[in-house]
Amino acid sequence: MKKIMTGNEAIARGAYEAGCKVAAAYPGTPSTEILENIANYKEIYSQWSVNEKVALEVAGGASIAGARALCAMKHVGLNVAADPLFTLAYTGVNGGLVVVTADDPGLHSSQNEQDNRYYAIHAKAAMIEPSDSQECLDFAKYAFTLSEEYDIPVLLRVTTRICHSKSLVNMGSRQDVGVKEYKKYAAKYCMIPAFAKRRHPVVEQKLKKLREYSNKIPLNRIEWGDKKVGIITSGISYQHAREVMGDNASYLKIGLSFPLPEKLIREFASGVEKLYVIEESEPYMETFVKSLGIKCIGKDVFPICGELNPEILEKVLRPETSRNTYTLDMEIPSRPPVLCAGCPHRGMFYTLKKYKDVIVTGDIGCYSLSIMPPLDVTHTLICMGAGISAGIGFEKALTLAHNGKKVFGCMGDSTFFHSGITSLIDAVYNKSEMAVIILDNRITAMTGHQQNPGTGKTLSGDISPVIDIEQIVRAVGVKGENIRVVDPYDLTETQEAVEKAYEAVEPFVIIAKRPCALIKEVQKMRATLKCTINQNKCTSCKMCLKIGCPAIAFKDDVMVIDQASCNGCTLCMQVCRFDAIERLGE
Amino acid sequence: MPLKGWVSEMTKSLILVGVGGQGTILTSKILAEGLLKLGFDVKMSEIHGMAQRGGSVNTQIRFGKKVHSPMISMGEANLLVAFEKVEAIRYLDYLKPGGTLIVNDHEIYSLPVLAGKEKYPEKAIEKLEKLVENIVIIKAADIAKDLGNIRAQNMVLLGAAVKLLEILDLDWVDLIKDNLPQKFHEININAFNAGVKQA
Ligand SMILES: Cc1ncc(C[n+]2csc(CCOP(=O)(O)OP(=O)(O)O)c2C)c(N)n1
Repeated sequence: MKKIMTGNEAIARGAYEAGCKVAAAYPGTPSTEILENIANYKEIYSQWSVNEKVALEVAGGASIAGARALCAMKHVGLNVAADPLFTLAYTGVNGGLVVVTADDPGLHSSQNEQDNRYYAIHAKAAMIEPSDSQECLDFAKYAFTLSEEYDIPVLLRVTTRICHSKSLVNMGSRQDVGVKEYKKYAAKYCMIPAFAKRRHPVVEQKLKKLREYSNKIPLNRIEWGDKKVGIITSGISYQHAREVMGDNASYLKIGLSFPLPEKLIREFASGVEKLYVIEESEPYMETFVKSLGIKCIGKDVFPICGELNPEILEKVLRPETSRNTYTLDMEIPSRPPVLCAGCPHRGMFYTLKKYKDVIVTGDIGCYSLSIMPPLDVTHTLICMGAGISAGIGFEKALTLAHNGKKVFGCMGDSTFFHSGITSLIDAVYNKSEMAVIILDNRITAMTGHQQNPGTGKTLSGDISPVIDIEQIVRAVGVKGENIRVVDPYDLTETQEAVEKAYEAVEPFVIIAKRPCALIKEVQKMRATLKCTINQNKCTSCKMCLKIGCPAIAFKDDVMVIDQASCNGCTLCMQVCRFDAIERLGE
Repeated sequence: MPLKGWVSEMTKSLILVGVGGQGTILTSKILAEGLLKLGFDVKMSEIHGMAQRGGSVNTQIRFGKKVHSPMISMGEANLLVAFEKVEAIRYLDYLKPGGTLIVNDHEIYSLPVLAGKEKYPEKAIEKLEKLVENIVIIKAADIAKDLGNIRAQNMVLLGAAVKLLEILDLDWVDLIKDNLPQKFHEININAFNAGVKQA
């Protein structure tokens, strides 16, 4: 059967068809929908893990036990999961183990542009790169077989344009391979130094064999066209190159990105007059080709930063083509993403904004948008978890500099479970004077509303125990009097808690608890709640604009609140000095 | 008919642009499924993530006999469907000379505009009309509001696009039904039909 699918849907389908039994992931754009789609296949046990390291360990354990297992994450997730990955390369697998890494060239929704192909070399795991949805399905399936044949974890590397582009896919049926037999085998699966020392040469041996096979593997192929120009390429770059050059070039399409096929590259290079390496991000293949003593053109003409696209390639490969278009010389306003109308994060940042002598170490989630004006309160954003830990260091450094500024570290509920708990323990253990704010909107909002340990539901929608953040905070040693649970829709209560935290000289934690305004049940419940402006009382002082709510506008010389997007959170009402905002509905 | 004769061996490109939450992605999905039923190879590229939160969004569709790249180049789009006026201007350089622009006569202020830091341009439509020969202006938001829900504006624009692409002889109503919960069928089908009439 044929269907149009995103790369992510196709990977899920490929795993299903391959007989995958266990899948685990932590959400992260552009990889999130892989597990969301796998969850639709009841034959696969799937779960959200608290973070990527845990997810890979879950998948690794399942693989050793004999199940075909998959784990998916965004590129930075592999940094978190690197520890198990490197050693799983030594233990090898029992059931096939596939690790999807979704890179984000162009930084559509990430904090860096790292090229995870280097992880394959570094971790000594095989790497496969599909270039459209059909290949996502086919390669995902193939990855399980390769993993078992070579007893090696296989990294399936995709990028945003592969994950989120749709193309036609031919589906097959599931091949149920069952769960392989597991036999205790400590010398393979217990990596104490004595055993690991013996495994390392085995790994080198496997890679040598795979390196040889890479010259014949069907994932790599030469497509001969005009031999004046030869292009070595992979992933989405292959599609762009094909689009621009058609049959006016020859292609070596790389599907197995690690190990790279030396003989095949030599054969291809000697068959063409001018050789290009076209790849997004780093000169990964280019460096390899050059190391073989082969001349090629790569990053001297194609950018390292950002995505490639047909236009960029055209400018280099066919500079004679010109493109005309329309231009309207007109200044237009920017349209940055913003905290939604009714977002519970707003109240906390509005409150923090009042303090001129605080440092806010932020984290990644919807609340990252507090970096933008008019809230504009956050000083740092590095990676998940750093909202607390960077705050610890910041506070220590400020103290040493005799700078009395108070440090507030912020993160969301999902981020707290992901890597905030260890940071909070560090803060207590090392007697930090920072304050921590946990923005508990009862969901993983940024990536599109995934369940997490605090929501009481699993990936498949089953009811599960709610892990209580307040109890964790208590358990790691934050004193009861230094914990406040507040409703960030209530500015008075929020302000009081922030003031207490500001004055505290011990670790202080505020849990701002209020569900995301976009959660379906919340939307339903609040559907009739609205705020409106009483034009008789409004003085157009614009105080309400300071909360940065997209529902409030100063239009045609009057303040208005868009009734379609307002959810009656009443923040604007609370900041109005003239009682000019009223609340409607129950 | 501005797009007449567009069906050929050559790959064609469409781009739908708007503001996160306006339903561009669903519209593109239905459009892509329709093109597929018509026997084309189709690729569609959407970027979501942060853009949901009121940011500027675009989805690109390329179709033809065999499509390689899902991405559209400047000056390549045969049809640009703008769900909002400023977004029409933002993405105008994707439109091919002679291509068709469908623009929703509707404005959504971004936060910098709401906060008075930046200005929403005046007379955007008039200026677009002067520049682009094949322009179709539709009050999709108003039409949808009159039908009962502004959120159906995307189906008004879909109707217009389908009409201009001359691919009406397909059961679009069926596709709309496939992609929406039953309680929204009637209004969205009405919106679609209104769009067809407008174009
Ligand atoms: C290591 C890592 N994994 C995943 C992501 C993607 N990501 C960014 S924010 C986020 C979740 C944020 O959820 P939460 O902390 O609950 O905040 P909310 O968006 O709900 O406000 C995720 C999964 C990332 N940036 N880094």
